[in-house]
This record gives sequence, structure tokens and C-alpha cells, in this order.
Amino acid sequence: MKPRSKRLLLVAGAVALLVGAVALVLNAFQQNLVFFHTPTEVAEGKAPVGRAFRIGGMVETGSIRRAADGVTVQFAITDTAKVIPVSYKGSLPDLFSEGKGAVVQGTLGPDGQFQASEVLAKHDENYMPPEAQHAVDQAKKAAQTVAQ
Amino acid sequence: MIPELGHFSLILALVLALVQAIVPMVGANRNRIALMAVGRPAAQGQFLAIAFAFGCLTWAFLTSDFSLQLAAVNSHTDTPLIYKITGVWGNHEGSLLLWALSLSLWTVAVTVFSRNLPDAFMARVLGVLGWISAGFLSFTLITSNPFDRLLPAVAQGRDLNPLLQDAGMIIHPPLLYMGYVGFSVAFAFAIAALLSGRMDAAWARWSRPWTTVAWVFLTAGIAVGSGWAYYELGWGGWWFWDPVENASFMPWLLGTALIHSLAVTEKRGAFRSWTILLAISAFSLSLLGTFLVRSGVITSVHAFATDPRRGLFILALLVVVIGVSLTLFAWRAPKLSGGGSFGLVSRDATLLGNNVLLAVATGSVLLGTLYPLFLDALNLGKISVGPPYFEAVFVPLMTPVVVLMVLGPFVRWKGDGVGRVLRPLLPVMVASIAIGLGVAFAVGHVTVRTVLGLVLASWVLLGSARLLASRFAERRGASAAAVLRGIPAAWWGMWLAHVGIGIFIIGATMAGSLNERLDVKMQPGQTAQLAGYTFTFRGVADAPGPNYDAARATIDVTRSGIPVATLHPEKRFYVAQQMPMTEASIDIGPFRDVYVNLGDRLDDGSWVVGLFYKPFISWVWLGCLLMAVGGVFAASDRRYRRLAEREAPAGAARRTT
Repeated sequence: MKPRSKRLLLVAGAVALLVGAVALVLNAFQQNLVFFHTPTEVAEGKAPVGRAFRIGGMVETGSIRRAADGVTVQFAITDTAKVIPVSYKGSLPDLFSEGKGAVVQGTLGPDGQFQASEVLAKHDENYMPPEAQHAVDQAKKAAQTVAQ
Repeated sequence: MIPELGHFSLILALVLALVQAIVPMVGANRNRIALMAVGRPAAQGQFLAIAFAFGCLTWAFLTSDFSLQLAAVNSHTDTPLIYKITGVWGNHEGSLLLWALSLSLWTVAVTVFSRNLPDAFMARVLGVLGWISAGFLSFTLITSNPFDRLLPAVAQGRDLNPLLQDAGMIIHPPLLYMGYVGFSVAFAFAIAALLSGRMDAAWARWSRPWTTVAWVFLTAGIAVGSGWAYYELGWGGWWFWDPVENASFMPWLLGTALIHSLAVTEKRGAFRSWTILLAISAFSLSLLGTFLVRSGVITSVHAFATDPRRGLFILALLVVVIGVSLTLFAWRAPKLSGGGSFGLVSRDATLLGNNVLLAVATGSVLLGTLYPLFLDALNLGKISVGPPYFEAVFVPLMTPVVVLMVLGPFVRWKGDGVGRVLRPLLPVMVASIAIGLGVAFAVGHVTVRTVLGLVLASWVLLGSARLLASRFAERRGASAAAVLRGIPAAWWGMWLAHVGIGIFIIGATMAGSLNERLDVKMQPGQTAQLAGYTFTFRGVADAPGPNYDAARATIDVTRSGIPVATLHPEKRFYVAQQMPMTEASIDIGPFRDVYVNLGDRLDDGSWVVGLFYKPFISWVWLGCLLMAVGGVFAASDRRYRRLAEREAPAGAARRTT
């Protein structure tokens, strides 16, 4: 092979590798985005069915109930306007408690119950998860618009 | 008084940084030895000033001086001594000071260990480092002054965040920062090369040990952080693809690419502009990482709004560093073209392939980390990109990297024959596939992921063994000791780091595929079974600590009736911060960890207990340790010192403008 065609082949190989890798990355990216919805959006049916998404809000006071096995937990998450029931099996984060902000990730069942695979609270006591804060802010804004 | 002295010392450090940034640069341009010589004392004086400021801040923490805002927010009289000290960098302001301290430490190291560099080149390196330091010190002084007073003083501090009250906090941030900041040296060498137009094999040889040492620190820092998350966060995971972790992983990936690309530049004079670009990018990502973590951008984009000056300063600094260096690159890099050509089958080509893939992998992490932040900042909605994305991307991208990694050392530079390369490797290939499949069947977990991981791990380990064997074959007749002694340290470094990757893959694969977990409600006397182990819950007792109350459980672990361990997971409640914390208890073994954490107490007096079985998880960190040790070997190679001495007079004579 001539040096020039060898070089061309090498460059073509590197470019092909690059294009393939980028295609892979973008495809995986699109498939694995997890969208965030507020409880109000979920109640209005704007959340996807059968695909994982996140809900943020406050854990409603008095809503935490444990099943007999001690490990399955039911609670409700709210943005002060709408309430979504959540079911979760596993250990809860240390800072998870009623009246505090939390973010849950999982899928919405046909019965309107949210099956959480992950529950997130914050690492710091002073801190509200931004997604939870956002949901509450949205609900307040909506309430104000209605009042006006 | 002492905080004011620290503040004053920090201002002095900024002045010295500006001197170091300007005077030697001017000297290098005008070829004035006297001006160039200013850089070294300025750098050393700056180090003393920053160290003194750091000492003053530490003193305020040690003496619980709660008239100092930072100490009042992050310390407490009951905080154990060691966490009073680590509390100095367990916050935004103090960690910036630690950043500045490690930068000046690196700068002083350059003035000491690279004494033989040509004067003009050294002046430019110190000048660049001076500019970085000046940027950081002014950022610290203007927006994040650690010496701000709290008047009137409070009687008691708020204590350090309990998550940070851990041995990991003692070494993780300093190691990580030494790694992040270490890439500034590689960056300064790259910019100095662009400025002077000198970018040859000698340049690569100067730059290599510095880059490798920074990479060693970063590797160790990431590994310690991952181990810390494993036992402290109490979820039993070791890597979460969290933005904060990604922020440190991106410079590591590019740093790995840089180490390999520098090898090509040193040996073959090729990849020169690519090497420069990698050095610039690795440092830019280090900066981005520091800021993402430290500015609070990650936990919330709105942290920008809490102190807009901080966010703006951060952006400005990043834009200046990236903008100036890329402009310089665009202007000067075309002069750097050249280097030898090489064939399709050559070590150069395998390293090129690895570099492309590592760069794409870095890009994919960058996309997953920044895209949600951009969307949120532009109010286009909130999304998150979780582990599934990164796993879907990383396995296919890293598979060819691992394959090439073993091939590379067998292939000759410039060009080689396919047959000559594959002859010794064919048996290795066949054996790896057989072992991978065999082990997967034996452990009863035949999935693509498990088989692939085991095949790749065998490929790396057997390939490395074969590589060592070929060193012996080359010197037939020589004694084993003579052969081993004859191998240069740099070669051992490469070999150990590659073996480390193999060990790491075993750990990640086995811990990922075969881990078992059970969350269960337990009353005293009850037992639970997991992975052949029997866990007996003996009950919970009070175990107060210095600054927390704790419930401490006793759990006996047995296997077929033979006692294995007695574990004591705790549920702590930190008094000052009013914050609960789970403290996991782990029986660490060479082939498996048994991990137990204590969840909530239920109304009937029972407890929720989390039981985990984690096979081969220690191998993850053993692999990282081997990589770091490999880096130490590589950086300590005698030829760097010898050549630095030989190169020096020639370089000095050739001093360029």
C-alpha cells in the first residue's frame, strides 16, 4: 500500500470509530433521559405511562405507612395542590421524613399509584431538593393565577 | 487577630502571585535573565504566605473561634479534634484555600525538581501557574473570603456536616485536589510550549512525570472517595454516576489519554498538537469539576442566584482560561505539525484508537453531566441522566479500549506485521474467552455483561503475563533476576497499571452481577438468610459518641454454623445539626464483603435491617491502588532524571524567544 492511501485508511478508520462512538452515545442518551414532573402534572395525566420519571415535592404529613413486612412503605408526595400516592420497598434515606422535601423516581401504575424504585432526600438538613422546591413553587404560582 | 493575619497573608500571596505571573513572562519575552529569575522566589514566597493563611484558619478551627464565620458554621466545641482540622476544607471557602495551597505546593515542586529546565521555559511555566494562582486567590478573596468575621460572635458552632465526619474526609479532598490541581502543571508546560514554539520530544519528557504524578493523585483521590461513599452513604454502592463523581472522572479520563499521548510525543514526535489540546482540556475539566462541585451549581442551578458574584466569577475564570488557551492553540498549533508517519498496525495506531475512545467517553460524561444543568438554567424543563445512560455508553466504549490496551505493548512503533503481533496473543485470546465463559457458567450468571467483563479481565491479566514472559524470551540465557532488574521502572509502571485495570474489571463485574441484598424487619433473636450467610439480630443498645447519640445493633454472622463476624451497624443522631446518620458495618474479606446497615425503628420495637453480600468488591479498590502504584513507578523512571540533566545545557543554549 502507498503511504498516502495508508494514511487515508488510518484517518478513515479513526473517523469511523468516532462517528460510531458518537452515534452510540447519543442513542443511549435519548433512551435514558429521566424527565421530571410535578404532582400537578402527574394528576393531569401529563406524565408518561410505562416509562420511568421523577416526581418532586413534600412528603405529606401523616401519610407514611409501613406494611406488615416492615420494609414496604406507602406515602404521598404533594406540591400543596395535588397529592400522588407512592409505594416503595427498601431502606429510606436518613433525611426522609414527613413535611420534608423528597424526590422519587419510578413508574406510574395503572391504578394511579407511583411505584418508586428510588427515593432521594438531601445530604443536608437546611436543604430542599431543588426539584421538590420547583414543584411547590409551580403549584403556588398556579394557585395565584387562579386567584387573580 | 489571627484570622486578620491570615487574611493579610492571603492578600500578600495574591500580590506575589501577580509578580510571579507578570515578571518572569516579561523576562522570557525580552530575554532578561534577572527578570526570569524572579519567578522562583515569588513562587516559594507565595507558598509560605498561603501555608501561613491556611495555618491561621486551622488555628481558628482548633481553638473554636466562633467569631470566625466559617468556624461557627462548620465546627463545634464537641467536634473531635481530627474533624475540627478537616472541617477547614469541609466547606466552600476553606476548600478553595486548600486548592490554592495545593497549587502553590505544585509550583514549588516544579521550582525544586525541574531546576534543569531552560530559564526561559521555566519562566513561562511559572508565569502560567502564577496567573492561575492569581485567578484563584482573587476569587477566594473577593467572593469567598474564609476569614470573614461573625460579629457578634456566637457561643456555639453548628458543627461539621455529619457525612463529612469520617476518616475519608481526612485524605479524600487533599488527594483529589492534588490531582485536579496537578494537571495545572501539565497545562502550564503546554502553554509554555505554545508560547516558546518549543514542543519536541524533550518537552514531552519534561512534562511526562508531572502529568503522571497528578494522575496518580487523582486516581487515589477518586478511589478513596468511592470507598468512602461505599461505607458511609450506607447504600452499598461504590459508584453512582453522580455529577460530583463525574466531575472528577472526566479529568481522569482525559488525563489517562494525555499520559498515553505524551508517550507517543516523546518516542515518535507525533500527536504534538493533540497532546497540547489534551493538556489544555484536562486542566479545563479539572477547573470545571472544582467549580461544579464547589459552587453548588450541581445540587442546584439556583445556587448561582444565592451569590451571583460567585457564579459570575466562576464563569469568567473558566471562559478566560479556556478562551485564552484555545486562542493561543489555534494561533500556534499549526506550527507544530509533523512527526513521523505510522502504519495501520503500529503502537502509534493503537494509542490513537485509545485516545479517540477516551476522548469520546469523556465527551459522553460531559454531555450527561451538563445537559440537565443547561436545560434547567434555560428553564426548558428538568431532567436527570442516571446510571443506565452511563452504563449503556461505557461498556461498549471501554471494551475496545481494553482490547487495544493489551495489544499495544506487543506492537512495534511505526509499523508491524499482523502475524507477528497475533502469534503470541492467539492462545491468550482463546484462553480468555474460555475462562470468561467457564467462570460465568460456574457462578451461574451467564449474561452478556458478566461474560464480557470476565473475558476482558482474563484478556488483560493473561495478556500482561504473556508480555512479561516475552521479556524473558528476549533475553534467553540471562538469569530471572537479571531480566527483572533490566526492565525499566516505566515499563513496570505500565504493566502494573494495566494489571490494575484487569483486577478492577473483575471487581466491578462480580460485585455488579452477583451482589445480593435483603431489606428485612428484625426483632432481637430473629435470623435472616442471605447468600449462604445467617444473620442473627441480637438487639440494639445505646452508644453515645462525642457529638452524637447512637443506637448500636449487634448482628452475628455465621456460615454453615461457623461464626464469621459480629457486626455493629449504628443509627446516629448528631445533636448540633439535628441530623440522623446511618453508619454501616462491614466484614471485609478478600473475595467478598458482608455489609449491614440499620434502618428505621418500627413501632413494635423491631428494626429494619439492610443486609448486603458483595462479592469481589475490594478488587475495585485494589485495582485502583495498582494503577496508582503503577503511576508512581512510571514517574520514577531513571531516564527522566538522567535526561533532564543531559538535556539542560543544550536547552539553555538553544533558548528561544
